[in-house]
Amino acid sequence: MPELLARLNRRQFMVKGTITGAGIIIGLRLAGSLHAAQEDEKGPKKPAPNPFDAWVHIKPDGRIFLIVAKSEMGQGIRTGLAMVLADEAEVDLNSVTVEQAETRPDIYPHMGTGGSGSTMENFTPLRRAGATVRTLMITAAAAKWNVPAAECQARQGTVLHDKSGLKASYGELVAAASKLPQPDQEKVRLKDESEFRYIGHAVPRVDIPAKVNGSAQFGLDVRVPGMLFAVIARCPTFGGKHSHFNPAKAKAIPGVRDVFEIPPMGAEMFTAGGVVVLADSTWSAMKGREALQITWDHGTAINETTQSLHQLLRDAAKKPGKRVRNDGDVDAVLSNGAKKIDVLYELPFLAHATMEPMNITVHARGDSAEVWAPTQSPDWVQGTVAQVLGLKPDKVTVHTTFMGGGFGRRYMADFPAEAAQIAKVVGKPVQLVWSREDDMTHDFYRPMSTHRFQGAIGKDGRPTAWFHTLASTSIRGFWDPKAPPESQEVGGAQQMPYAIPNVRLEFNDASSAVPRAWWRSVENSFNGFAVECFIDEIAAAANEDPVEFRRKLLVKPANWKRKDEDDVDPARLRAVLDLAAEKSGWGKPLPKGTGRGIASFCSFGSYFAEVAEVTVKGNDFKINRIVAAVDCGQIVNPESVRSQTEGAIIYGLSAALKNEITIKNGAVEQTNFDAYDPLRINEAPPIEVHLIQSKEECGGMGEPALPPAAPAVANAIFAASGKRLRKLPFQLQSVET
Amino acid sequence: MAAIRLLINGTPHDIDAAPDTPLLWVLRDHLNLTGTKYGCGMGLCGACTVHLEGEAVRSCQTAVSSVGAKKITTIEGLSSDNSHPVQKAWIAEQVPQCGYCQPGQIMSAAALLSKTPHPTDDQIDDAMVGNLCRCGMYQRIRRAIHRAAEGA
Repeated sequence: MPELLARLNRRQFMVKGTITGAGIIIGLRLAGSLHAAQEDEKGPKKPAPNPFDAWVHIKPDGRIFLIVAKSEMGQGIRTGLAMVLADEAEVDLNSVTVEQAETRPDIYPHMGTGGSGSTMENFTPLRRAGATVRTLMITAAAAKWNVPAAECQARQGTVLHDKSGLKASYGELVAAASKLPQPDQEKVRLKDESEFRYIGHAVPRVDIPAKVNGSAQFGLDVRVPGMLFAVIARCPTFGGKHSHFNPAKAKAIPGVRDVFEIPPMGAEMFTAGGVVVLADSTWSAMKGREALQITWDHGTAINETTQSLHQLLRDAAKKPGKRVRNDGDVDAVLSNGAKKIDVLYELPFLAHATMEPMNITVHARGDSAEVWAPTQSPDWVQGTVAQVLGLKPDKVTVHTTFMGGGFGRRYMADFPAEAAQIAKVVGKPVQLVWSREDDMTHDFYRPMSTHRFQGAIGKDGRPTAWFHTLASTSIRGFWDPKAPPESQEVGGAQQMPYAIPNVRLEFNDASSAVPRAWWRSVENSFNGFAVECFIDEIAAAANEDPVEFRRKLLVKPANWKRKDEDDVDPARLRAVLDLAAEKSGWGKPLPKGTGRGIASFCSFGSYFAEVAEVTVKGNDFKINRIVAAVDCGQIVNPESVRSQTEGAIIYGLSAALKNEITIKNGAVEQTNFDAYDPLRINEAPPIEVHLIQSKEECGGMGEPALPPAAPAVANAIFAASGKRLRKLPFQLQSVET
Repeated sequence: MAAIRLLINGTPHDIDAAPDTPLLWVLRDHLNLTGTKYGCGMGLCGACTVHLEGEAVRSCQTAVSSVGAKKITTIEGLSSDNSHPVQKAWIAEQVPQCGYCQPGQIMSAAALLSKTPHPTDDQIDDAMVGNLCRCGMYQRIRRAIHRAAEGA
């Protein structure tokens, strides 16, 4: 170890707390240009003093560890990142282990896992790091054998010199390689794609075996000696608080240790405060909470209802708004005698409803603290806990556990703040448990939105105007009233990809007391629905086939260039549209009452088209199948791409068919899966996934399959029945043909 | 509080708990058998599914005092080495994403297959409809059950 450390420069030296043991350490810089929007919105971060934010550690026995600040939340990141590194390093995949980095924002400036970014941000830097390993080993072997490096090749953890028959394992070469200068990662030779051994090939996920026998440790499974359990009674009304409480009956419940109050925390944490029940077990804490007598002061949000919000949003969607996009002259076209459509689309609040409710375990020890957190943002957890406990962040150790679903919910700092408040009082390790009811009624919800569309069609059947006015209870409006409210609302609407000469997008914010934040695919979830249904409406009004109509409007200009990472390449979108149409048998006859619908959409750098085949009987319908076509750029693990596509479609269909969070008396009405019931196995249609073997840059996969799912089904219902659904979740009985 | 003897995964355990305590919390908090998951507390999601004499039951709806001498099997007791046909099929079909609901899914599937070795799709729906998977892995669950029926 001393020899190793002596070879590290000052900056590399900072990592010594993270990595122990001899061998070779290679620092790598994960792409700085592609960071999740979520992180950007937390404001500019201080530049990290360290140029590297991940590390490859080759141990003396040749095993390779990748230390990286990414959370495994079911997306298979520990497998995907290992595949990329192993491929370029030319080692057996089993010799690579991905380790969750310790929570050190000074070393790892972007610890968040979200924005579908874990693969797309890290692909190229990891390839370069892997190629650096391979180059070092070949250089060391060539020097040892006194042969030209060009005559040596690496294969599966061994360097070979075919002419002489000499060979040496990486383990045998580590000592010599560690004394070599590290090559410039920007200049090492990367493999040709034809040489990929793992990238692009289906590989079983490393996290799965522990997930089929109960040994995978999720946040709620953390057990620390002497730990206690806590639940909080929170005011059901947003912004409300308790005005009085009587702990006597709660304290009489066997196992209850204490009852005390905590105040609400402000911006960024957004906790409700409330009355804490501390007990020996989760059940005693829950029973204690049931026995509490609390008088609530509901506050000013008490009059808020879904109906009042609908009215607010409808009014906002009909007013002129902030102009976000303005091509040509929409007014001129809409004021002449062209064929016009003027419609409203309405989408509700949605809860994340992760299978594992929010929870966290904190042990405050006075001058330090230890945290076990199922979190997408361990650095935010660390900062929050430190702030509440009055400690410096480096005194707070955060262990990131597996998490039972993230979907954006586990980015938040509310439950960590509450747990820190409790831990400060308790002094022993304490697990804060949210019940399902807590989780559903105190989420940060997908914004509620209303979309007014005005479209015009020329005599030739081509669309001439597209005017989208979007009104939503914006995320930024909740987080930071001074920020432009449209900044996390207009994505996917602003980039509306169809070549229409006159296009305008305007935005109006609507205020609400309901907390909002990032729900899987964020604003693409509602803009994807609205845009892809409205283009279908225009196609129908023009008496055109929905696929042909879209194809004609997906025109890639000869001089097209991506100017912004959110720009949509019309040719790639058309290619997935064509593939989905072909694989679904688009155009082939269907029985009466059965129809196909299509939607195509790009988000997070990936292109999707989905065809739904639906049979409608009266006011009921059944989705017979979904056919998805995917261009996510270079594929790392096709098995994960398929799995994420299936999962995001089901998540999107749950919202399309069933789920809605409604508000009454300023509180959420749904409290459990009886009233907010995601899709179940008997409702889940078969999903076929077809992959385009793309050589484009890696796109994201956690989210982008979601936005086209709902509009594909809505458009299929229209094709089958003539009923145009403009409101989620779908209710056929409320729609006329 | 009462002293209660439970037979879990072939081993007797003496615990001290209020009689109305759900079996779920006895497993998790008293015995640290955390493979059985809490999801809803109302028998709506199936994450807490265990076997009672081979029958799939929701442990969040099973008062510990009602168990008596019946044999309890949890996910930890299904096999010690992922060798149960359902576990093998789950790995082969790469079913889990987040994995949180999977112990419950697997226990429901194992109970189904012990009674109905070759279930139809409708029988799978009937047996598995009570198990939510928020990652939406239903198609893989269905395939894995068919695979397990063939011996995985």
